[in-house]
Amino acid sequence: MSPSAVSEEVLLEAVADTSRRRVLDLLLAHGEITPTALAAELPFSRQAVTKHLAVLDRAGLVESTRQGREVRYSVHPEHLDIAVRAMARVAARWDARLGAIKRMAESSADAQKKRARRPSVS
Amino acid sequence: MVPSQIEREILIEAPIDVVWRVVTEPDQIKQWFSDEAELDLRVGGEGRLTFNARTSFRVLVEAVEPPRRFAFRWAHPEGAGADPENSMLVEFTLRAEAGNTRLRVVESGFDTIDWTEERKEKYAEDHSNGWQFYLGRLRDSAPEAKGAAQE
Repeated sequence: MSPSAVSEEVLLEAVADTSRRRVLDLLLAHGEITPTALAAELPFSRQAVTKHLAVLDRAGLVESTRQGREVRYSVHPEHLDIAVRAMARVAARWDARLGAIKRMAESSADAQKKRARRPSVS
Repeated sequence: MVPSQIEREILIEAPIDVVWRVVTEPDQIKQWFSDEAELDLRVGGEGRLTFNARTSFRVLVEAVEPPRRFAFRWAHPEGAGADPENSMLVEFTLRAEAGNTRLRVVESGFDTIDWTEERKEKYAEDHSNGWQFYLGRLRDSAPEAKGAAQE
């Protein structure tokens, strides 16, 4: 699946869940790991792990390879990068809001100072 | 490693009381946040933020501690109370620093919100933007990703 085949929304939804982020973090730490080994390190069942992997798989965030009876999962770094960047891009919105608050507060504070320096002007 | 909430802060060269008014007064909120803003500024007070003629979100004030802390939940469905399962929490913290103000905002709750299929459908009916709105809110939960800000 090419990165462009997955919408930003699907990626964001996949990473917006705490449990799935823990799965992703473990995948990143281990490189390649089976669902059973993942479940051993998480406080939820292997079934739950499998569900989370399925969501991540649909979003193109993980890849799986079958070796005999075992399926091993790993992070698809390109797609994860797109998801993280998509979130960061909009995080910039909060920065813009804080920037606007800063401009408003500072110009208001300046106006107060000027008034204070010229007490005769009412 | 994979981020869960957005945390941003900024240093403002203005006294804390001035910043407090910008953050909490509806007339000022309209200049940095939403197009229209109504707000009953007390704990338990309700409000509404309108982002264009068609999209508006309910607000429930959770904390008002002038001039240091202001928190509200938002985006809960029409006709329902706000709780951690159906809304996001925005918390502003102000700290005086030698006549200036350190302003910090944390938005959280994206991971605890429980959107049942039924609620998604209801939401889609309630809001012209429907499910798209929720996804838009998700995007607002952006992380402090290294090197990803210069898009």
